[in-house]
Amino acid sequence: MLKIKNLKAGIAGKEILKGFNLEVNAGEVHAIMGPNGTGKSTLGNVLSGKEGYEISDGSALLNGVELLELAPEERAQLGLFLAFQYPVEIPGVSNANFLKASINEIRKSKGQNPISAPEFLKLLREKMELVEMQKDFISRSVNVGFSGGEKKRNEILQMAMLNPQLSILDETDSGLDIDALRIVANGVNKLRTPDNAFIIITHYQRLLDYIVPDFVHVMYDGRIVKSGDKSLALELEEKGYDWIKEEVEAL
Amino acid sequence: MSEQNQILEDLSSSDYKYGFVTNIEQEFAPKGLSEDIIRFISSKKEEPEWMLEWRLKAYKEWQKMEEPQWANVHFPKIDFQDIIYYAAPKQKKELNSLDEVDPELLKTFEKLGISIEEQKRLSGVAMDIVVDSVSVKTTFQKTLKEKGIIFCSMSDAIKNHSELVKKYIGTVVPIKDNYFAALNSAVFSDGSFCYIPKGVKCPMELSTYFRINAAGSGQFERTLLIVDEGGYASYLEGCTAPQRDENQLHAAVVEIIAMDDAEIKYSTVQNWYPGDKDGKGGVYNFVTKRGMCKGKNSKISWTQVETGSAITWKYPSCILAGDNSIGEFYSVAVTNHFQQADTGTKMIHIGKNSKSRIVSKGISIGKSQNTYRGLVKVHKKAENARNFSQCDSLLMGNRCGAHTFPYIEVDNRSAKVEHEATTSKISEDILFYCQQRGIDSEQAVAMIVNGFCKEVMDNLPMEFAVEARKLLNISLEGSVG
Repeated sequence: MLKIKNLKAGIAGKEILKGFNLEVNAGEVHAIMGPNGTGKSTLGNVLSGKEGYEISDGSALLNGVELLELAPEERAQLGLFLAFQYPVEIPGVSNANFLKASINEIRKSKGQNPISAPEFLKLLREKMELVEMQKDFISRSVNVGFSGGEKKRNEILQMAMLNPQLSILDETDSGLDIDALRIVANGVNKLRTPDNAFIIITHYQRLLDYIVPDFVHVMYDGRIVKSGDKSLALELEEKGYDWIKEEVEAL
Repeated sequence: MSEQNQILEDLSSSDYKYGFVTNIEQEFAPKGLSEDIIRFISSKKEEPEWMLEWRLKAYKEWQKMEEPQWANVHFPKIDFQDIIYYAAPKQKKELNSLDEVDPELLKTFEKLGISIEEQKRLSGVAMDIVVDSVSVKTTFQKTLKEKGIIFCSMSDAIKNHSELVKKYIGTVVPIKDNYFAALNSAVFSDGSFCYIPKGVKCPMELSTYFRINAAGSGQFERTLLIVDEGGYASYLEGCTAPQRDENQLHAAVVEIIAMDDAEIKYSTVQNWYPGDKDGKGGVYNFVTKRGMCKGKNSKISWTQVETGSAITWKYPSCILAGDNSIGEFYSVAVTNHFQQADTGTKMIHIGKNSKSRIVSKGISIGKSQNTYRGLVKVHKKAENARNFSQCDSLLMGNRCGAHTFPYIEVDNRSAKVEHEATTSKISEDILFYCQQRGIDSEQAVAMIVNGFCKEVMDNLPMEFAVEARKLLNISLEGSVG
């Protein structure tokens, strides 16, 4: 589904991703871990098309389509979803309106008709239950006055509504209490199908207690330096990242 | 420059779409202001003696006054002797039907998207159109007449309903009220007049369209609207002007009066030429609008959508004199390029249990400055007065400004006054967030702005809301790409 090859990208003349490679197949969950400042969030931003990054080399194909040449909204329309580390507040735009606009733009790009109001409301109610969102959520402005946990749950809700092919969760677990973490993880688990895939960027293995990954990758200095299964996450939890750094630097 | 920045830039540099000039023969007064000019205007309009006296009195007062400096707007000093105070499209004296209206003028209306015929047939909006200084045609006179409603140009009212005009003119906005009101009182050339008799609910929207056409001319219209006991009127006002390099002055006065149990809804869509991208030209819009809730249980509601003018200085206000009277002010003000707006309202509570509600939404784009200024005053005798104010500002880009100056004066302990304010910004991060959800930047901006203004837009009458929304999108939209 996703093939990232030798991706090199940076910001303001400083290279951050230094030849990043990753292949993700349908039905898989990949966790990307690693110390601060190794380029984990940059990966999410570059893949989703945030402005300000210079891409010097490499490619990122989603189902054979080169993402790096598309506008951010076109990537989204192809089924790429980024759950933001810091979701923004959009005053004056209700969650319902925002989600409807989003769904309809994606449908439009596929030549489909806009979603009908009853169909939309039914879907929204169903997905709100999934992330245990309060009823008044529908009419509240996007993320305005939301707690940290609510904002993250809203990201998962949006993901559930849009049903993307590939979702990147950028430190969705940071700042969450144990209840919110459980709700978020539960949401992701229920959305897992053989047809979609997830990349979960995280610092801690605690999220991986709830969302069990097929692969765990350790990122260091702009590259994946070690890959394994979920036991690697436990090992990191126990030993920290220093041994990885030493290993890499010894090479 | 990043793409989002580029889009913000493009959005904020779109051009004025109503900037055409109509080549109609005009009849001018010579430039400048003097007693003679006032006599000229008055005699042109065949006014009664009392009207001339009133004008001359206003002129004398105006000469003693100083131009106000307190507003948060900056512009070169106006040379009041360099303005044409009377410019009328030349035409036959009496018009019996629309066929007699200058075809060029009709074309103008079509360009503005208001075919009078269409308006007449489809929406049942009675319309008075003021080009430069003279009211061209008032439609639907007959239908209104059957209900006893008077809706005509101010000039006609002065001639045909002299007693009514004499009784009410200057009672809400006195001659000496302020510098521009005094100027208007001296030189006003036309405007609309409306009287709704006791117990009559006006069955259609009443509408006036203003357009400044002649170069170097000022427009000084005067509107007087009286709704008698138990009556109801909804009044719409639209404004445009052609694109010109020099600044044009617009100094209008609107007075509205609601008697016992009467209700007036006054809606404005103001789209005077705002000047070009570099801040050249544009209309100076210095307007005094005030409503008097004279009777008990009366209600006056102002709704305005302001997208035009180089400078706006305008505070539609309510004097809540009657017990249980209600005043409302709903405003959207958009400023772009170098536009400056200092607008808001005054709610003066005098009657017992009087209530007021203020909802102001300011949108600043480009290098513009947008100011909300409002006064809530509760008099000693106003038992149980209530006010709620909400002032929200939305900024696009980082070179514009939003300012809020709320003044609250309360002299009665039973009063409850609430004020809420927010400021938000359409940042690159917000645009990226929307894009990541499949929504392109231009649509994201429209969605955010429409959401931001919704509460105000919902207060506009249906046909007007469509126009206002279009106008709003034009002010935002632009030559993207």
